[in-house]
Amino acid sequence: MRSLVRSAAVVAAGTLVLVFGACGGEGTESSGGGGGGGASTTVKIGLNAEPENLDFTTTDGAAIPEALLVNVYEGLVKLNEEGEIVPLLAKSWDLSKDRRTYTFQLQEGAKFSNGDPFNADAVKFSIERVQSDDWKISLKSYMDVVDQVKVNSPTEVEVVLKQPSNNWLFQMTTRIGAMFSPNGVDDLANTPIGTGPYLLERWTRGDSILLSQNPDYWGEKPPMEAVTLRYFKDATALNNALLSGAIDVINDIQAPDSLTQFTGDDRFQVIEGTTNGEITLALNNESGPMKDTRIRQAISKGLDREAILKTAWAGRGELIGSMVPPTDPWYEDLTDVHGYDPEAAKQLLAEAGASDLEIRFRVPNLPYATAPAQVVKSQLAKIGVTANIDVLEFPARWLAEVFTKADYDMSIVQHVEPRDIVTFGNPDYYWRYDSPKVQKLLAEGDKGSEEEQTEALKQVARTLAEDAAAAWLYVFPNITVTKKGIEGLPQNRVSESLDLTEITRG
Amino acid sequence: MLPALLRRTAVFLASVVVASVLVFGFMAVLPGDPAEVALGVNASPEAVAEVRAEFGTDRSKPVQYADWAGGLSVGDFGVSYVTQESVGTQINERMQVTLILVLAAMIVSLAIALPLGTIAAARHKKASGVALSAASQVGAAVPAFLAGILLVAVFSVQLGWFPSSGWTPPDEGFGDFLRQLILPAISLGVVEGAVLTRYVRSAVLEVLREDFLRTARAKGLTPNQALVWHGLRNAAIPVITVLGLQLSTLLIGAVVIERVYVIPGLGSLLLDGVSNRDLLLVQGVVMVLVVAVLIVNYLVDVLYVVIDPRLRRS
Repeated sequence: MRSLVRSAAVVAAGTLVLVFGACGGEGTESSGGGGGGGASTTVKIGLNAEPENLDFTTTDGAAIPEALLVNVYEGLVKLNEEGEIVPLLAKSWDLSKDRRTYTFQLQEGAKFSNGDPFNADAVKFSIERVQSDDWKISLKSYMDVVDQVKVNSPTEVEVVLKQPSNNWLFQMTTRIGAMFSPNGVDDLANTPIGTGPYLLERWTRGDSILLSQNPDYWGEKPPMEAVTLRYFKDATALNNALLSGAIDVINDIQAPDSLTQFTGDDRFQVIEGTTNGEITLALNNESGPMKDTRIRQAISKGLDREAILKTAWAGRGELIGSMVPPTDPWYEDLTDVHGYDPEAAKQLLAEAGASDLEIRFRVPNLPYATAPAQVVKSQLAKIGVTANIDVLEFPARWLAEVFTKADYDMSIVQHVEPRDIVTFGNPDYYWRYDSPKVQKLLAEGDKGSEEEQTEALKQVARTLAEDAAAAWLYVFPNITVTKKGIEGLPQNRVSESLDLTEITRG
Repeated sequence: MLPALLRRTAVFLASVVVASVLVFGFMAVLPGDPAEVALGVNASPEAVAEVRAEFGTDRSKPVQYADWAGGLSVGDFGVSYVTQESVGTQINERMQVTLILVLAAMIVSLAIALPLGTIAAARHKKASGVALSAASQVGAAVPAFLAGILLVAVFSVQLGWFPSSGWTPPDEGFGDFLRQLILPAISLGVVEGAVLTRYVRSAVLEVLREDFLRTARAKGLTPNQALVWHGLRNAAIPVITVLGLQLSTLLIGAVVIERVYVIPGLGSLLLDGVSNRDLLLVQGVVMVLVVAVLIVNYLVDVLYVVIDPRLRRS
């Protein structure tokens, strides 16, 4: 019996040696990283959400423009880190006196990655394509205001609007402003063709996107030869990948409690900036108890936002009192309009005859929502409101029930779209907020000068806060963790794209 | 033999049809609309209706089923709404990954179970055998994802020996491929190995009590010779049955392990498909998994006959 035991042990040991030996031998060779080129010119970035396909003209979702806009596709203009509109494919532009005609001077020598030249015809093609049925996503409606596009010369293009609109130029910094080549739109889902500093080298579905430097880029080439975007559905897997050296950067941490793994470790640096993402306690303004303004105001007064932020998101983020992030020009601190005052909240509820209120609190199954939802529930309990949490699968079920049917009393959503205060001008949007005053102010602001726009939108933000059209908790922080020596990533995330044009590693 | 084979084939085909109805039915009652998901939080109702018409999800359910099943019967899985790519192509790509993972896990589990199970049986009256048996009981109770998280914490985060996640196809760098395969294969294989160890142990124990083993001893073989030459082959039969069942468990375990290790296999394709309400994709993946399990069961039946000549005569 002893020899049998021995031979079994030998087999087991042999298997282990074989398996481990085979992998040990290769270890040193592969440590450089698989992007081509030396370690100092490639970087790997870990992200949370992978694009379903690469066509943002037909599929909504933040992940596609995050990867491609500014990096692969470029627009006439882009948004910088401070939220200002700056030139990109347009060198400069003039606005006519009636604020209806924009004349753009285009960059010369820019080329699409299929070899086609970028010129005024491409601009006309791209803008008109947004207005056609080829574009499906609803953001395309921002292009409705364009009356016509005139090609003055290969490098000069004139865009005539139906009425003055400040928002139009701003929206041109988003995906709807991306420039396409007339010969480059056949396979957008897999083959993006743009003028940007990077090319799509390879997309391994379910794993990563590899961007490589565009050798024919018209502008200054990015310092990196290749950037890998790796996608992790699981926050722990993402953290482990950085801890074990498989990636160099985590962009947008979804679990702030895990930051302690990195803050005390001098291999890493943690950078905190701000975003456009308002964590919004959405209230149903049309039906159910939240129809009553006093009840909505009571909810807002019942929330100790400081405590919510501390408990739910490790105190990272900035408190807000309306649908405006601090990086927008019309930002004002409105947190005191209906600030924390539980006694006043109870009184308002009593006036509304709702001292013993029960509401349906339907939240998406995402960390940014479920974490604050618990705290909100316990705080509301103190003013006599019972919030029954109902966690819905996001996106499918939440969209079907809360967004489409507005079948909810209260929800929590991170609204990441830039300048999404305008959604309160749409009475059909899921908050079902119908205020002629707000609609009028939004329209005036869009038509007016920049100063008039800022003034009008300040009023809109204040009106929303006073009405408690929703309750705002905080602006989501942009927390990036990188290996030491990696610089040039935008600290703030105020546009749709993750701008990779200046990232360097020491 | 032939009628039995025909009957099995009929059962197989009927199972596939029933499975297709069930899979379609589950997806049909799942709340959520693919068109809404594709257009997200900026969608207008008109745009959603338009996209719904384009996807064909505005048609009646029986029409949609007939369309899908008709395609399936000629091997056409359709084109995914969300990724705008052929479902068949995607399944094919991802299946290769999952099959490698499952086979590697199976090898790990056999490498553990065969020697340890045999030793545990041969020494079942000694302390070492009892200890092995107890250890396998504990091992079988550990969920694969927990094993995965622990292995990553120790071997990649602390020791840095293996990558914590990712996947490289074998033809793009065999070294990277093995380094990335090893932890997921162990997480998936160790637990199954522990389960299998217990089956091997009881199968070998059973065989040790057989008359023919006593006869073998009587003609002068040592206990070990008797076990190796006459015993193990007989012990293999119940083990192969379990192995077949385990292949199904491994396929399902792979869904979870792929998520832990960020491996682009069938499991992660399935989970993404469900969350995007990519109906055709989910239906396609589930059908492939169902058919795979049915085929494995069929093959196990055939293997019995190969291993045990006594079954050939009947």
